[in-house]
Amino acid sequence: MNDVQHIEDTLIVRPEGEFDVHTAPGFRQDVEHGLASTSAKKLVVSLKSVSFIDSSGLGALLGRYRRMVELGGKMAIVSVPARIRPVLELSGLFKVIPAYESEKKALEKM
Amino acid sequence: METPVQDNMMLLVPALSQNVALCRVTVAAFASRLDFTVPEIEELKVAVSEAVTNVVLHAYDGPGMVQVRAECSGGCIDVEVQDWGKGIADIAKAREASFTTIPGRMGLGFVFMESLTDRLEVLSQVSKGTTVRFRKCPSARSTQEPEVGEDPRSEDGAA
Repeated sequence: MNDVQHIEDTLIVRPEGEFDVHTAPGFRQDVEHGLASTSAKKLVVSLKSVSFIDSSGLGALLGRYRRMVELGGKMAIVSVPARIRPVLELSGLFKVIPAYESEKKALEKM
Repeated sequence: METPVQDNMMLLVPALSQNVALCRVTVAAFASRLDFTVPEIEELKVAVSEAVTNVVLHAYDGPGMVQVRAECSGGCIDVEVQDWGKGIADIAKAREASFTTIPGRMGLGFVFMESLTDRLEVLSQVSKGTTVRFRKCPSARSTQEPEVGEDPRSEDGAA
């Protein structure tokens, strides 16, 4: 279960622990639920408490990004921990999804 | 610590998504006796995760098993992930970046395995199964073999 918060037009989702083929479906579901039950046009995903990510987790992030673009909205990732940063860099995800240092920064800039 | 005796491990589990974490954490714990840095152990975990995830997603239509073997050899780790599933008809195609048979996935599994390990080998036979083998060496070793008595950890400070 992911921590989901709704602030004005923004949905903030905070996945925790390991983000892989086992946990990615729950993340997708929680984001879809959050978007369906609010009028949020912006999605902020905080990776602060994510301890591990592989291509399945990255795919889930990219999938939500595509979904937001389809809906005419925006998405950002924030608070990327140092230990998972190399994998995000290797995947090229930073070239696609905007990243900010904190939720506060994202809320200001988006 | 240097391992004087060649050591190895084997894990045989059902190819289920919840077992992917078990496989990567077990291999990481096994590898921690070598001179890997923390980021290198993370890389190893991602590589194992990709290999086992491929089995979970692609190898079987029904239930099946995945076997993970690892061996410490010359200060490096050799990992083998094997299944007895459908096999891969076109290995070269499967290893291409962005190639995937499942919509919505990134097709980065093999790309990550190649980028994060020192050597990757994929053996597959249709209807028989697939074996993915890779080797990963601590950075202090992949460039040069340390002299006898020299502690490779003294350079990068890794434990």
